[in-house]
Amino acid sequence: MSDSRTDILDRVRAALGRKPGQPPQPLPPTVFQTRNLPTPERVELFVQQFAKLNGKPVRVRGCAEACSVVRDLINGKTAVVSNAPFLRECGITDLAGVQTGFTARDELSAACATADFGITSADFALADTGTFVMLSSPKEARLISLLPPVHIGVIPANSLLPNLDELFSRVPKPADLSSSMVLITGPSRTADIEQILVRGVHGPGEIYAIIVE
Amino acid sequence: MNTAPIKIRETVADPNLQKAIYTATGRLMAHRAGSVAPLADYQDLRTAAHELKRHTIENLDYYLEEFERNVIAHGGEVVFCNDGVEVADFILDLAGKRGAHLIVKSKSMTTEEIDLNERLERHGMESVETDLGEYILQLMHQRPYHIVAPALHLTRYQVADLFTEKLGVENEVVIEKQTKIARAVLREKFLAADIGISGANFLIADSGAVVVVENEGNARLSTSAPKIHIAIAGIEKLIPRATDLNVFLKLLGRSATGQALTVYTSFLSGPRREGEIDGPEEFYVVLLDSGRTKLLANAEKRESLFCIRCGACLNHCPVYRKIGGHNYPWIYSGPIGKIITPQFHGVMQDPWLPFASSLCGACAEVCPVKIDIPRQLLQLRAEISESKSSTERRAFGMYAWLMRHPRLFALSGKLGSIFTPRPKNAGWIRHLHGFISVGPLKKWLQERDLPPPAKKSFHDLWKERGK
Repeated sequence: MSDSRTDILDRVRAALGRKPGQPPQPLPPTVFQTRNLPTPERVELFVQQFAKLNGKPVRVRGCAEACSVVRDLINGKTAVVSNAPFLRECGITDLAGVQTGFTARDELSAACATADFGITSADFALADTGTFVMLSSPKEARLISLLPPVHIGVIPANSLLPNLDELFSRVPKPADLSSSMVLITGPSRTADIEQILVRGVHGPGEIYAIIVE
Repeated sequence: MNTAPIKIRETVADPNLQKAIYTATGRLMAHRAGSVAPLADYQDLRTAAHELKRHTIENLDYYLEEFERNVIAHGGEVVFCNDGVEVADFILDLAGKRGAHLIVKSKSMTTEEIDLNERLERHGMESVETDLGEYILQLMHQRPYHIVAPALHLTRYQVADLFTEKLGVENEVVIEKQTKIARAVLREKFLAADIGISGANFLIADSGAVVVVENEGNARLSTSAPKIHIAIAGIEKLIPRATDLNVFLKLLGRSATGQALTVYTSFLSGPRREGEIDGPEEFYVVLLDSGRTKLLANAEKRESLFCIRCGACLNHCPVYRKIGGHNYPWIYSGPIGKIITPQFHGVMQDPWLPFASSLCGACAEVCPVKIDIPRQLLQLRAEISESKSSTERRAFGMYAWLMRHPRLFALSGKLGSIFTPRPKNAGWIRHLHGFISVGPLKKWLQERDLPPPAKKSFHDLWKERGK
């Protein structure tokens, strides 16, 4: 297929009148629409937007309260909890019904396929769209926020950013940090049959944000 | 390609289908309008998106190579393919080496373009569409009706019968329950699949990353659960920098479905890294030409490569809203299909296509990357009429000559006014009688009505007023 590579690049250059290795015209720098928003107002905005998406936001004071909210949600069912240190600090990894500490892909996948809840933290959250930002790492796997029917994100209030622009101004190259960055904005949904909105197609149909202030 | 025959009259005469198309596109229009209204800088974003795309396409060879370098740096591989045959060969070869049989696929117009599923299935692979709408269409052996709402022409009752027939389940007409049935069937496929195939909404040159936006989670599953991820994209999908997403992501979701961001935006670069618990172990990006380089040489035509496949032009098009998505010759329907199809296949393949437009301009007004679709349609029309000698062209040539000779023009206007038979009810003239109702003129008038000629011409009235 290396021939196809040469064919295509040659055709592109011939059409554009460019030479191999010719640098592009200069590109103006990205303009970020950043926004100055104090943390309490970020929380307020996130809660509002998250609720609009049919997400369930819960504001708590401190780790202990976060842990008790999660305990009440699990309520005798099963959960897979990510390896995020924040969740351990909150005591969520020690709750009844919880499986955590996965390092092997197949075991994690099997556990997530049957668990009632997937519980993660998030690297950031975006206030103006109600979005979780999650980078894949030894602390956060991809499938925990994806396979179980309910996703619970437990995030410290100081991880909230005002908007998408703020995220890219802080993380201009997500690929340097992880093989996967995902923005999660509300529960999984479809409107493919008759434009009727249904939640929980392939991903979680319910999503909680527990914001720890 | 399971291309259905063009059946415009049938579509227009089918009240259920008309209602389905009008309701769905109407909703999508309202959602878009509601979500762009609060954006104070919406027009600036469109301009920025247009300029970024123009810059990338004008320097495409540079960005393709930068992208390739960065994919390799992250442990992935880039495969350049001239056409669909090469794409299928690459996948079949890889599948053979890995002993892979089951593929889960997320929605991708590019793979529809090259009939990928059919090609793979002919060689014994099982390739399953996992987007709910695409899954339904795959079971029905139909192509997408719309770029973002592929099954908008179907009712829950058709889906119920289909699931009963193909999946052996009880007839279920509640949409939530139908969705659960599909979820259960497809969940098994995700967990058993050897390869996940996705498309790409954007390819990021400075990161070697593939960006996929979606609402269901099937693209995340396709790219996370199997051990091999193959992303397939046209070479025009590149943008220079990850930070440019602050323009494109704000436009794409809003223009498509009225969402500020779609539920999932995945930014994927390479196989899983040291210590990461899940994600693919192998990562390939297939870069497809398949006709795209043909458009590059012409500065105006290459604008159609800016398209980010939001579907807004379909929703706003009075023609699409009447004739639906299956009455276009290729998988790309609506205004964007009208310019892409002839540019990819050659204008003379379906010479009627660029003419099937009122040039109202609604598509250009809502295009998030400001593609001037009407202008491109006019250019295509010019190309078509130049490439054949037509009676219509000669007639308009005579008309142009006449217009340059005012006295003759005035005289012919008077003669026309005298000799054109007027309908009794003073309505529009639908067909002419006598000596002019033959030959090419008769055919021309089959699709056109004329207003009756005025008793006095504008020139006569002007002269009267002047006195």
